[in-house]
Amino acid sequence: MTLKRSFGERLFDVGNVLALSLLTLATAYPFLYVLFASVSDAQAVVQTRGLLLYPKGFSLEAYKLVFMNPSILTGYANTLFIVVVGTALNLAMTALGAYALSRQNVMWRNPIMFGIVFTMFFNGGLIPTFLLVNDIGLLDSRWALILPVAMSAYNLVIMRTAFQGVPVSLEESAKLDGANDFTVLFRIFIPLSMPVIAVMILFYGVAHWNSWFNAMIYIRTRELYPLQLILREILITNSTDSMMTAVGGGDRMPVGETIKYATIIVSTIPVLCLYPFLQKYFVKGVMIGAIKG
Amino acid sequence: MSLMPRRKSGPPVTGVDKNAFSYRAFRDLKLNKYIYVMLVPVIAYYVVFLYGPMYGLQIAFKDYSAGAGMWNSPWVGFKHFESFFESYYFWRLLRNTVLLSLYELVFAFPASIILALLLNELRSNRFKRTVQTVTYMPHFISIVVISGMLVDFLSRDGLINNVIAMFGFERTAFLGEAGWFRSIYISSNIWQSVGWGSIIYLSAMSSIDPSLYEAARVDGANRWKQTLHVTIPGIMPTIVILLILQIGSFMTVGTEKILLLYNPTTYETADVIGTFLYRKGILEADYSYSAAVGLFNSVINFALLVLANAASKKSGNNLW
Repeated sequence: MTLKRSFGERLFDVGNVLALSLLTLATAYPFLYVLFASVSDAQAVVQTRGLLLYPKGFSLEAYKLVFMNPSILTGYANTLFIVVVGTALNLAMTALGAYALSRQNVMWRNPIMFGIVFTMFFNGGLIPTFLLVNDIGLLDSRWALILPVAMSAYNLVIMRTAFQGVPVSLEESAKLDGANDFTVLFRIFIPLSMPVIAVMILFYGVAHWNSWFNAMIYIRTRELYPLQLILREILITNSTDSMMTAVGGGDRMPVGETIKYATIIVSTIPVLCLYPFLQKYFVKGVMIGAIKG
Repeated sequence: MSLMPRRKSGPPVTGVDKNAFSYRAFRDLKLNKYIYVMLVPVIAYYVVFLYGPMYGLQIAFKDYSAGAGMWNSPWVGFKHFESFFESYYFWRLLRNTVLLSLYELVFAFPASIILALLLNELRSNRFKRTVQTVTYMPHFISIVVISGMLVDFLSRDGLINNVIAMFGFERTAFLGEAGWFRSIYISSNIWQSVGWGSIIYLSAMSSIDPSLYEAARVDGANRWKQTLHVTIPGIMPTIVILLILQIGSFMTVGTEKILLLYNPTTYETADVIGTFLYRKGILEADYSYSAAVGLFNSVINFALLVLANAASKKSGNNLW
């Protein structure tokens, strides 16, 4: 722009860049602190008072202990199972529902859609849902973390909106060639909607990866605990004791601190690795979700 | 659109009223049979897992015992509601729930709008993308990790207190003091969600017609005036819709995060209906009473949603 900018405008621009830089720093710093602390020398972290601008010393002791811990490993395995199976089920259900409910000529389309969207605003709540899961015998099984959240109405709306954007002529010509609705869905709609599928994988996958509340109320057996429940023990109830049986007496306290940081990094890395690849898609997903209907 | 079905050569349909419901229904079932096959698992899921619990809500009006089952437990009317309203907890839970939600609405809700407005004024696209990439990130971090970091940073010998001590001030056990809970809860929420929340406003801004800005500039509007008279009105429909949705979940403030952060010393300000439900219902297995408390909560929520939507109808930006 060649227009001359007034003093006030330039002042605003400088202030704006400053404010946003500060916000960015404030968002990133806690993660950087955790990262630095996790690879630091345990003794040094405990002695350091205040901000950590780079790792103090270097030690992977904490990571070694995290990966030797059986709870973390079974937690990881359980979470992986839930993420893979759960997301696959989520995708299948959402695609089927979105396709069926995006077809204009289906007679009961609108009432069914209403029945689904209604559940976004009113539902039975915690206790009746818990009793139901208990009654159908899912209590203390991994399926209690997968089946009750088999699909989300919000994501269904997003995918339906995307499917409505697929040109009708493609479907018609496929049907003239004798394709049925399943073929049309899997051969035409899904391949044409890959960006939305990517968004769905991100949304559902991250939700499964991060969820802990359902596990806390439905899972009793420790061997079935997902990663987040183990994390809760280590981070919130502060019991790193189980991990430190391998460490000699005097060193326990400091290592306990760095174990916490290493656990945070280890449990967050998978999501953060996927994040840059999917970023361009999820912005789109949020936008589609915002469109009414 | 020519989505009309191919007529298969079948029995002639003479003598049948083609507009009769049963005729249309039968034809639809035949024509769209694969669609209905697809809908079977979807409908089954919603009936079992979403409508099943709605049926189960009846225990709020019964004295549920596992032995008798949902159906055979005796009706007791509004007994559980009454004992909740009369209990010592009622006002404390209501106050905490309403206040946390209100603060969320007053401080966190506008924060994403302000961030979006500031980002929109940036001239450098690279800087803009950097800010966005970093500020979206906390949205993807689990609530357990976020709470764990809060517990660690806010502890007596944690990061925040170390910095405070560096400047010579007193250390405070932030999470052990009821007076601090609300500030910690709201500010960490803003930290976690402000970037993510701004996405939708930014996309609304990008779809504002550029000629509106040109016209405003010709009329002598500076950037502040343009923001006030073009950008904000342009994102108003988005703001209203999100506001309605937020009001529709007014009574369900972050139960999960509070469960991770609170402790008996902060119940005074931290205990909300959602966390009370978890303690009463799941830990103490007081099912009927908790179901009644939950129903009370859902009904208020739903009523608020309907009211907010009705109010916004006047501006034409309603949800339905």
